[in-house]
Amino acid sequence: MAAPKSTKKSNISADELKGHYRDMLLIRRFEEKAGQLYGMGLIGGFCHLYIGQEAVVVGLEAAAEEGDKRITTYRDHGHMLACGMDPNGVMAELTGRDGGYSRGKGGSMHMFSKEKHFYGGHGIVGANVPLGAGLAFADKYRGEDRVTFTYFGDGAANQGQVYETFNMAALWDLPVVFVIENNQYAMGTSQKRSTSTPDIYTRGEAFGIPGEAVDGMDVLAVKAAGDKAVKHCRSGKGPYILEIKTYRYRGHSMSDPAKYRTREEVQKMREEKDAIEHVRDLLLSGDHASEEDLKAIDKEIKEIVNASAEFAKESPEPEPEELWTDIYADVTPQNQVAGEGEETNAN
Amino acid sequence: MPTEILMPALSPTMEEGTLAKWLVKEGDTVSSGDILAEIETDKATMEFEAVDEGTVGKILVAEGTEAVKVNTAIAVLLDEGEDAGDIDKAAASAPGSGSGQTQEAPDERAPEKATAKARSGAAQGEALTPNTEPDWPQGTETANQTVREALNSAIAEELRRDDSVFLMGEEVAEYEGAYKITQGLLDEFGARRIIDTPITEHGFAGIGVGAALGGLRPIVEFMTWNFAMQAIDQIINSAAKTLYMSGGQMGCPIVFRGPNGAAARVGAQHSQDYATWYSQVPGLKVVQPYSASDAKGLLKSAIRDPNPVIFLENEILYGKSFEVPVLDDFTVPFGKARVWREGDDVTIVSFGIGMTYAMEAAEKLAENGIEAEVIDLRTLRPIDYDTVIASVRKTNRCVTVEEGWPVCAIGNHISAVLMERAFDWLDAPVINCTGKDVPMPYAANLEKMALTSTDEVLEAVRQVTYR
Repeated sequence: MAAPKSTKKSNISADELKGHYRDMLLIRRFEEKAGQLYGMGLIGGFCHLYIGQEAVVVGLEAAAEEGDKRITTYRDHGHMLACGMDPNGVMAELTGRDGGYSRGKGGSMHMFSKEKHFYGGHGIVGANVPLGAGLAFADKYRGEDRVTFTYFGDGAANQGQVYETFNMAALWDLPVVFVIENNQYAMGTSQKRSTSTPDIYTRGEAFGIPGEAVDGMDVLAVKAAGDKAVKHCRSGKGPYILEIKTYRYRGHSMSDPAKYRTREEVQKMREEKDAIEHVRDLLLSGDHASEEDLKAIDKEIKEIVNASAEFAKESPEPEPEELWTDIYADVTPQNQVAGEGEETNAN
Repeated sequence: MPTEILMPALSPTMEEGTLAKWLVKEGDTVSSGDILAEIETDKATMEFEAVDEGTVGKILVAEGTEAVKVNTAIAVLLDEGEDAGDIDKAAASAPGSGSGQTQEAPDERAPEKATAKARSGAAQGEALTPNTEPDWPQGTETANQTVREALNSAIAEELRRDDSVFLMGEEVAEYEGAYKITQGLLDEFGARRIIDTPITEHGFAGIGVGAALGGLRPIVEFMTWNFAMQAIDQIINSAAKTLYMSGGQMGCPIVFRGPNGAAARVGAQHSQDYATWYSQVPGLKVVQPYSASDAKGLLKSAIRDPNPVIFLENEILYGKSFEVPVLDDFTVPFGKARVWREGDDVTIVSFGIGMTYAMEAAEKLAENGIEAEVIDLRTLRPIDYDTVIASVRKTNRCVTVEEGWPVCAIGNHISAVLMERAFDWLDAPVINCTGKDVPMPYAANLEKMALTSTDEVLEAVRQVTYR
């Protein structure tokens, strides 16, 4: 990995470090549970797990301020948990229940939270990139000092609209951090086989957008890079690109046998580079936490995740009426073609 | 308490699979992430990982077993301090054990709303609410205005009214619009609100949608709708569906507008009517005005609408003049068709530039003693079915007119609705006058043939009136 390692002599506090450990562990355990519920048939369709990439969102969320926005693609569970969305609501959306963030109508790939400034959850590769620039445009238009984190993968980095967006974001100095989560595989196609340049962030140079590669298995390196990018955006200098080199341990989705890489490759990453183990080592070796402290965190996380699974199983399916709601913001159409009824005012 | 390991579902469609191979044996200690077994699904052979830590207490399904149903217990995992003896105890206390998880079967509630209406009820004569309201109060002063001027003033008025409204598109600011719809707007509102974009439809449509999700009210001009095919993913997947996908949290108040359909002699790639494409999409509203007053009143409504609105203009109509009411704030609501001409002999339904053929045909028919009722749909989503059906109940005949292609045309849809809801009133099959089923040719004579015409409307009326 070309990206530099963070210095171990960071002046980060023990509490912050423990917080990162906790946040990353929550994502991992939540995703493992989601995989389990998928296996039981409680979660359907596509389900893209974030396991392995936890340091990316946890590091960047640590660099975000209240009111900053985030938007991502379909591997989105980690982003939602990291920005403080309720695990119960996320898990219940995965099971397609009324208690889910979209009341069961969105699913794994389509969840949102206005309260947490999380703008989805988008299923079309690359399409969330102009949307993220648009969110940043809205902030700049209103004169609000906000930054939008726009996440996408190494696969999306080959979509044309990404570069249309780079151009306009640079032209209009939009306060957007483009976060390329490079997990090295666009579904089953390795970066080598899909991407003409080894470092994707250098593509920003063509548009005058500064960028850098970051070790995505090191949460402190991600946080430091995030701070730098956010500072650049807030100072009015326009967009910034972070290419965060990371790795997903699981398949692209639940039905991916992952034959495009070896078991050994995955095992090596898990054993040598795991982001959670890294922080665990820092905590213990630096005497920031004891084994007992970490066990207590593990236990707390396990309880949260188990509670979310229970909630997601108990929550009822959406009412049949939900089929017809939220199509329009102002009216509820009811099979008008067949004369089933008038449009009614929803508000 | 021993944990049952269940046969997993490893793809969206998997119901059963083959337990190809066990990679662990009884007594092995496993931790989260270890491969337990290989399972053949309907798609591929997958490795199946342990989720919990423990010791493999018992393997319940031997390797090589085919057609193992999802959720069947295939092994038992023992926790720290447990032994095989605990398995039987657990089995005895869990009656469902071995036959699958205590997963609730999906609730098979019968749909409470029958999708198919009792058609006989329609034949009895359902209550209709046709639009009989005038667009502006009688006695209101009107001024003669082109469609272009009406659109320009609608945009300007809404920009003055609401700072969250802004306009973006190619050549909209300094060039003042490729078709001069945005003339003078940069002068009055400045570069913050009137924004020239690069030629990059996919990108700026997406930025517009993002800005709308972020709380602004963008007007996105496509130089023509032909170029919006580059952006249609953002219009449909991002703008139209997000409110639904977010359970009502994220609305997208945005107007996409520009000239649509054939202009004159610009060839196949610049001459397409998108009415039917966008009208198919729930979540969008679709407007295709004919007159200047509708262009103004409907565009103002579109900009205020909390939903994504597709606003289909027409280059040939831009220069056409109509009476527009002189009112401070004139709007036209969506979903109300306008009856341009009353008549008892035949209903002609059209919208946009199709109205020019419909109106011309009606005048010629009147000379021959046939009184046509001409209805301008104005908005295609929602469609004012009631006004059309009420008219057909009176005339018993219907002809539709549009410039778009004939397959899945708006006229086809109107015909289908009339078949369902006005069958007993029809005295003749509904005829759809449409553009021809060809890409638009360049040659003047062929282009004329490719569009529909007043003559075709007259012929259709003769057929449905058996004259």
